[in-house]
Amino acid sequence: MDFQFQFVLTTLPQLMQGVKLTVYITVYGLLGGIGLGMITGLSLAYKIPILNLTGAVYVWIIRGTPIVVQAMFVYFALPLAMGVRMSGLQAAVLVLAINAGAYIAEIVRGAVLSINKGLVDAGLALGLSRVQVTAFVVGPLSFRRMIPPLGNQFIIGLKDTSLFIVIGVGELTRQGQEIMASSFRALEVWTAVALIYLVLTTVLAFSLRWLERRMKIL
Amino acid sequence: MKIVECKKVCKSFDKTDVLFDIDLSINAGEVVVVVGPSGSGKSTLLRCINVLEKITSGDLVVDGKSVIDPKTDIRHIRQEAGMVFQQFNLFPQMTALDNVAFGPRKVRKLSKKNARELAMDLLTKVGLAERAGHYPSQLSGGQQQRVAIARALAVKPKLMLFDEPTSALDPELKGEVLSVMRSLAEEGMTMIVVSHEMNFALNVGNRLIFMDEGRIIHDGSPRDLYDNPPTERLRDFLRNIQ
Repeated sequence: MDFQFQFVLTTLPQLMQGVKLTVYITVYGLLGGIGLGMITGLSLAYKIPILNLTGAVYVWIIRGTPIVVQAMFVYFALPLAMGVRMSGLQAAVLVLAINAGAYIAEIVRGAVLSINKGLVDAGLALGLSRVQVTAFVVGPLSFRRMIPPLGNQFIIGLKDTSLFIVIGVGELTRQGQEIMASSFRALEVWTAVALIYLVLTTVLAFSLRWLERRMKIL
Repeated sequence: MKIVECKKVCKSFDKTDVLFDIDLSINAGEVVVVVGPSGSGKSTLLRCINVLEKITSGDLVVDGKSVIDPKTDIRHIRQEAGMVFQQFNLFPQMTALDNVAFGPRKVRKLSKKNARELAMDLLTKVGLAERAGHYPSQLSGGQQQRVAIARALAVKPKLMLFDEPTSALDPELKGEVLSVMRSLAEEGMTMIVVSHEMNFALNVGNRLIFMDEGRIIHDGSPRDLYDNPPTERLRDFLRNIQ
């Protein structure tokens, strides 16, 4: 085995370009996903008319199709179907948001439904409005329960950005692929790429663990 | 002065009828103990009074406000009718003090400082001042229930509803909760207590209601009903809960 550590160092600047995009897509995609997931999950849990129906269809379609197909659909098919044209990066953020949103919706719904109904009764019995009970009692408690499954989802989302290689976004995996194509040093490239992903997911996992410890799951 | 008035109140869940034609009026200052076998509708009656359940037909007036009048603010009724639950239902993410201060803060719009002072007074009253900073999970069942009573009192209700407040407690912890309830009754609080604690009914209650299959069967003085049960049904029931 001939592992050239020196070669890895020379590729780092280009790989870091990829890391930047990977982090960018992850952060904005997941923020969008959290927003979409919260709205959809609450609509499903509280059975809000119309929204809970559209929410159910949304979750059904997105969970039922692969993210790679969703990315290709948005990037290649939407321009043909509706004349919507966007950059690969925009498409990647949008697809990650929509995809993560569907899974987060189920996380939110599950967490809200897991809160003991007696606590809702207790809040209402004090004379609070439904909105106040949701904001001050159900919200904080279900948020704590969401942290572990959300952490899972964030890590999956981060790794799923590698699939946007199919729409030509220059994220980390794509950069690795390009270095490979010109150098044929597969061992060095994919070892480096894998280790970088591992560092990114580890940072994410540790920050969630820290948040979880601070909030003390009840 | 009537504080609760039920007129032909019926309640059913889907196809199951739980309350039939309940007529009941309760005056300010009364301590009413409600007994009856499980499934007789006692808890549902309490939950209808503070509108956690909507009545199916009839009318129910609490503190002069009808629960079926669209102009009634349901939250107003709930503020006047404090509720204590069998399972305590304290907010687990808040300390004892914050549990008690929560209602006054959010409902009565007290400042944080005033709400905390009020909460501290109430915790002192239920004998838990030194536990103010503890979370519910760090308290015994009896302590949790006393905090729950303080929490309900904090919004200054005119009426207190107790839904089997000691049923989830070990025998030795029941006493501390019952003595808090007793001192509340001595201060003149109007109370409706669903409970099988006959000693409490006899010594503190001034009215006993026996319910069975969604109806009020007997309504009278606890001593009289206890010493001379008018029906075989009540006699059997009293024998079974001893």
